[in-house]
Amino acid sequence: MYRILKDLDRRWIFLAMFLAVAIPVLARLVFPEVVSKQAKMVFDAIDDLPDGSNILLAFDFDPASQGELLPMAQAFTRHCSIKGHKQYYMALWPLGSPMVDLSIDTIEDEYPDMVYGEDYMKFSYKAGGEAVIRMIMQDLRGMFPLDSKGTQLDDIPMTKNIKNIQDMDLIINVSAGDPGTKQWVQFAATPFGITTVSGCTGVQAPQMYPYIPEQLAGVLGAIKAAAEYEAAIDEVYPSIAANKKAQEAKRRMGPQLVAHSMMIVFILVGNWIFFVARKRGEA
Amino acid sequence: MKRTVPLAIAIVAGFVLLVANFIPYAEDWSLTAQEWFNILAVGAMLLGGGNLIKLHLMKISSKKAGWGYSAVTILCFFLVIVVGLLQMGVHPSPNYPDFAWSGYVLEEGSGLWWIYAHMVVPLTSTMFAMLAFYVATAAFRAFRAKNTEATLLLVTAGIVLLGRTYAGVWLFEGWLPESMQWLRFDNLTVWIMEIPNTAGTRAITIGIALGVVATSLRILLGIDRSYLGQD
Repeated sequence: MYRILKDLDRRWIFLAMFLAVAIPVLARLVFPEVVSKQAKMVFDAIDDLPDGSNILLAFDFDPASQGELLPMAQAFTRHCSIKGHKQYYMALWPLGSPMVDLSIDTIEDEYPDMVYGEDYMKFSYKAGGEAVIRMIMQDLRGMFPLDSKGTQLDDIPMTKNIKNIQDMDLIINVSAGDPGTKQWVQFAATPFGITTVSGCTGVQAPQMYPYIPEQLAGVLGAIKAAAEYEAAIDEVYPSIAANKKAQEAKRRMGPQLVAHSMMIVFILVGNWIFFVARKRGEA
Repeated sequence: MKRTVPLAIAIVAGFVLLVANFIPYAEDWSLTAQEWFNILAVGAMLLGGGNLIKLHLMKISSKKAGWGYSAVTILCFFLVIVVGLLQMGVHPSPNYPDFAWSGYVLEEGSGLWWIYAHMVVPLTSTMFAMLAFYVATAAFRAFRAKNTEATLLLVTAGIVLLGRTYAGVWLFEGWLPESMQWLRFDNLTVWIMEIPNTAGTRAITIGIALGVVATSLRILLGIDRSYLGQD
């Protein structure tokens, strides 16, 4: 057994990982979620705002992170929509704009009463990263005289009275890197005291924890936290709980559980091989 | 001259931003500097594009290993530029119907949207998804408890891996007394993230910040000129 495992072709490991992901996806395995403190903090930051508050949703990620971050981004959209918050969408990544479009599609499909320009709007992509954030904190029109459809901000009901991003009640940033949450914390949340929550990749999450609770009101780290956030929304809003499309992060936790368990098995078996080899003087 | 002018620009821009941050009268200077920065950022994108073409053309002309990939890169680069600039398949914005170029470049059905939806999305998603396979082989072949530090890291990784799934709760369901619930892997994961991780990350962040301050000062005072390159 030792010899077989020691010389195991890595393609068997690839196959095992493929099955660990594919089977739960095909079997539609879904597990219950316990809402963590962080997910509750993010939920409360949005839910406690008076209906119709101004919320900036900055989606700084691209298709590479779509699998990890899109369910969370759409959960934010649904939560803001059901609360009737005014949603201002923005993307600082060149390929982030279509991510915003997917959330806007969610609004158009599931909340047809919401009107573009009155309940939600989108700014187009601008190059410059953190410099864009610094600029719009002082002067929105200096950077975005028009929305993504080419309409003057003064002609859009929900932007005509917005001077800069200091007029927002909350910033929601979904981030996969730079520019992302770190820059929104440094140049928006901290200097201007705007409540900010973040949804980020699992790799980024540990770097965001030091900002809690003063500079960030909460962090959702990767798909697990997104599933918890969905569960928190489901507890309060039965209409979202009944929407199958709104359970995407929870659905992705099935493959994650099996794949993580598989990783633990790989680590244990790999270490068993290592110790046996060391005992035999082969390591 | 080649070094003095960029050096002077860097020093002046640095001091303007510094002063603007501390003196309310000079706040607008920072806005002007940022407008300039945004214009320069667009210029930098052009320079970046030019550099990419130059490097790959050199690789092709010298027939270096993998030059075929460079050819594909250049082909795709120009394809995207042409499709994007000519706004192929993009309809004019309803606000400006007489202006052919006023539409949204990634409008569904446009040429650039097609490239995005059928090439960029599947390719980048595939690259990201392949990480799962590489991490799996790394788990089997490289994550070894060779010493105390490595063992600690492995145990922590195991707890977090399980704590980030329902297994972290399910393993302890029904037998762990209420007073010991903190031992559940999901709760231990939260503790690991909030206490040791936050302490370590904060220390590193403060260290980096101090390093950035020191380096910035060296640049502002013209002591550190390494960013100007070798020429």
